[in-house]
Amino acid sequence: MAASDHIVGRGPNAGARVFSGLMPRAEAVAIPLGALLAGFLAFSLFLLFLGKSPAEFYGLVWKAGFSSAFSWQNTLSRVAPLIMAALCVALPARLGLVVIGGEGAIVLGGLAAGVTGTHVAGPLGMVLMALSAMVLGGLWIGAIGALRIKRGVNETISSLLMAYIAIALFNHFVEGPFRDPGSLNKPSTAPLDAALRVGEMPFIAAHWGVAAGVIACVLCWILIDRTTLGFAARIAGDNIRAAQVQGLPVGPLVIGFTALGGAWAGLAGFFEVAAVHGSANASLIAGYGYTGILIAFLARHNPLAILPVAVLMAGFEASSGLIQRRMDLPDATILVFEGMVFIIILLSEALYGRLRIFSPGYWESR
Amino acid sequence: METVDIGLWGVPLAILGGAIRVSTPFIFVSLGECLTERSGRINLGLEGTLVFGAMSGYAVAYETNSAFFGVLAAAFAGLLFGLVHGWICKFKGVNDIAIGIAMMLLGMGLAFFFGKPYVQPVAPDLPAISFGWWSSIPQVQAALQVNVLFLLGGLLAVFMTWMFRATRVGLIVRVVGDSTDAARAMGLDPDLVRLLATGVGGALAGIGGAYLSLYYPGSWNEGISSGQGLMAIALVIFARWSPANCFWAALLFGGAGALGPALQSVGVTQGYYLFFAAPYVLTLALLILTSSTERSMQGAPLELSLTK
Amino acid sequence: MSNLTRPNRRRFLGTASAALGAAATGSLWQPGAARAATPLTVGFIYVGPKDDFGYNQSHAEGAAAVKSMEGVTVLEEENVPESQDVQNTMLSMINFDGASLLFPTSFGYFNPHILELAPKNPEVRFEHCGGLWSEGNPTNAGSYFGYIGMGQYLNGIAAGHATKSKKIGFVAAKPIPQVLNNINSFLLGARAVDPGITCQVIFTGEWSLAVKEAEATNALADQGCDVITCHVDGPKVVCETAVSRGAFVCGYHADQSPLAGDKYLTGAEWNWAAVYTDMVRKTIAGEAIPNFVRGGLADGFIKMSPLGPANSDAARKQFEAVKAEIMAGGFAAIKGPLKDNKGNVIAADGQAFVETDVALESMGYLVEGVLGSTS
Repeated sequence: MAASDHIVGRGPNAGARVFSGLMPRAEAVAIPLGALLAGFLAFSLFLLFLGKSPAEFYGLVWKAGFSSAFSWQNTLSRVAPLIMAALCVALPARLGLVVIGGEGAIVLGGLAAGVTGTHVAGPLGMVLMALSAMVLGGLWIGAIGALRIKRGVNETISSLLMAYIAIALFNHFVEGPFRDPGSLNKPSTAPLDAALRVGEMPFIAAHWGVAAGVIACVLCWILIDRTTLGFAARIAGDNIRAAQVQGLPVGPLVIGFTALGGAWAGLAGFFEVAAVHGSANASLIAGYGYTGILIAFLARHNPLAILPVAVLMAGFEASSGLIQRRMDLPDATILVFEGMVFIIILLSEALYGRLRIFSPGYWESR
Repeated sequence: METVDIGLWGVPLAILGGAIRVSTPFIFVSLGECLTERSGRINLGLEGTLVFGAMSGYAVAYETNSAFFGVLAAAFAGLLFGLVHGWICKFKGVNDIAIGIAMMLLGMGLAFFFGKPYVQPVAPDLPAISFGWWSSIPQVQAALQVNVLFLLGGLLAVFMTWMFRATRVGLIVRVVGDSTDAARAMGLDPDLVRLLATGVGGALAGIGGAYLSLYYPGSWNEGISSGQGLMAIALVIFARWSPANCFWAALLFGGAGALGPALQSVGVTQGYYLFFAAPYVLTLALLILTSSTERSMQGAPLELSLTK
Repeated sequence: MSNLTRPNRRRFLGTASAALGAAATGSLWQPGAARAATPLTVGFIYVGPKDDFGYNQSHAEGAAAVKSMEGVTVLEEENVPESQDVQNTMLSMINFDGASLLFPTSFGYFNPHILELAPKNPEVRFEHCGGLWSEGNPTNAGSYFGYIGMGQYLNGIAAGHATKSKKIGFVAAKPIPQVLNNINSFLLGARAVDPGITCQVIFTGEWSLAVKEAEATNALADQGCDVITCHVDGPKVVCETAVSRGAFVCGYHADQSPLAGDKYLTGAEWNWAAVYTDMVRKTIAGEAIPNFVRGGLADGFIKMSPLGPANSDAARKQFEAVKAEIMAGGFAAIKGPLKDNKGNVIAADGQAFVETDVALESMGYLVEGVLGSTS
């Protein structure tokens, strides 16, 4: 870079100042995009090695995930649980907690919604279903935060253990006490009344869970970036002991943030039951909680960044079928693809602050 | 096959047998992760390494008709995965937890991708040593069929305990794990130490995978692991970074896992899902009982991102 | 589901499939000369890997048979979860590849997923395996299933002759009617040989969970069961573990004799090739497929693995005799006097439930002699 040959004394003009102000944001967009391209390139080599055409592959990803109204429907209809599962990771992460058991809150939220749904009716009933799902999910993950604060139990291990326990409870209740006797070969809770089913949004043919996910992300972003609570959480996230010394309410913050994350995961369970399955059954255990972990980390725990990452992920998965059918590649291809691309995106985080074109000084000095 | 009616004795016997049969992957993965974490790095990708180890071990065992080469291949594959993780994480700003999760995806993806042709063939099994010769009861003999890898895992736990306590290598890993700055001051290269510790940790996880596909359950398919790799990482924290504790935690976990099927076989048939959750409930209960806010991180390497 | 948004999606899908789907699919359902020249695109969807030595493999073998038919394009997708994913997969096959006949083969695909899509895609035929279709469901959907309980009954006869301990074992996924029917049939077959035989069942709670299946098999062997069969998606682990404990094996879903060698007695296999080629042939010829299709041994829906070398002459004789009886039709495994294992009467003396009786499809009991519980 020819940064040394700038002429001393030539002050920054207005245009350069605007430019330098934009640069940190440009960095936040350019680095991940560049890394995405690098990831595509790396996977192209893998395909070439196998004697397959990268052009055909990316053409199919585009076609299946993003090219038409139908592809967008295919992509967006997968996105809602991913967004909410990612929030369940991102919110605690703001306090430095690594919660990997969101799956537990999703299935229990679904169970709560399914069971509540058999006792209520009407629009208010739907609200009660959603609330019960959020409360149970919130209690479940909130308990992990409380265990961390009150007993010093590591949240990563407790959340993982509790996810397995949640799934066992879920199966026990769905196939035992809450089983609809009519669900013969697919044990389920009683089917929901049509009035309790969440419908599709106008125009995009994905259910309302997508809109709820977007709203959830915006709310969480405001909470973290624009409120004193969020500010306190960020301080505590940087250094819990320092925050305690400063008199910040670390305990309530940890419990509150984990519970809120769990509530979103629970809400994902509600939408899966009310919008997709129509009752709670084992199909609910689909691993969204684990995909959510990756999405949250890729989004660097920024709630607004979760949205595009989740859409990208959903679009990749939407193309899996077409790639199996057209290119005669196994279904695991998309896993390899995602793994490679995401590793390179995560690796690109090393570049933040290192590329001189993105530093304000570089442009002001021009 | 002449069997003896052992009735309710089947339950303790199943727990003993289950502990020996099921625990080995947990032992290897948790010992590997223990080494990695003691160096100050966490590798959450070992589930992917385990699955890839299971696939590559099975494939090589089938192609060479030798289970031994299978284990070697799995260890080598695991080493590569570990080195990749270790190399990527040396860059500043890269989050080792996130990389681990992405590596998990990649490992499983590659294993499923290249493993398709090996689902159908039957590869040779790893040999087992019979410790039940003293008993005339076939069930006891079966429970005491001990695989060599289990024994190696036990020896490795002893060796690692000694290594951390009494050797220079152990000291180096510990210093690097506790303070990057202190390590540098001693003239050590923390990145190199962590690279090697992650690599060896990956190799051990690969061996754990080979045990799954080459001994118990002893076949390769895409559902071979039900989260053993992820769980083993949790066991390291449970074991407070002590290799010996890792071994006991794995045994406990394996034994508790045998409880569900064994209870059903003697007539305790209600609520089997809850019995299947026994290992998780038991681990969680012990974790809560043994934790406290004062000494929650006792034994934790100070540079570990997970517990900072 | 909100009624307001409904027309929107239908309109949208209509245009999408008109734009993307091959124009060919539309003409398929219209009579005329054009049909013969129009290739038929058939989609198969599996819940697991298609080489699992079990349920999914049996369907994939059927798909392979369809592939060899003339004028047919076969699409396959494996490892598709019973979630929104399967709806997307079906739509993708319809919209991108012009599939007009779909075989979503997993149980959980029917309700709500096929029920959701069938009315919106009236030009597509949805054929679901599992037998869930009932009057009032969309008419362009249908279900088919086989009386595989009879296969387990024959398994039981082989097991009854082979067992020395008089205890046989069953590794089962979940206590649902189709699984319970298999367990009961297996024991009743064995009791047709020796009424003193009991069958121990262990539920794993999941359709595919390798380590738990192995542990369950070991627990059965510990209790002295010396013939073991199963109903999980992929019987490979159960077979291999049972053999390693010296037990005999009866197969299920597909042929597992390569895994069990001399220890393989026989097995109850699906024969989807016959079913699928017939349905595809009917579709091409423009004949209607009934919405509710069932078949057994005689119809070629199921078949038995060849008898293994360990079967005694007496076993072979009785096996073939009962098989002939089943082939003749009207055979009943569940017949009185029979109680369940809690002492309730299931069939009074003289009462019989023949294999085709729909009452068997809501079975909620384990018969006397089965050690285990349905909840």
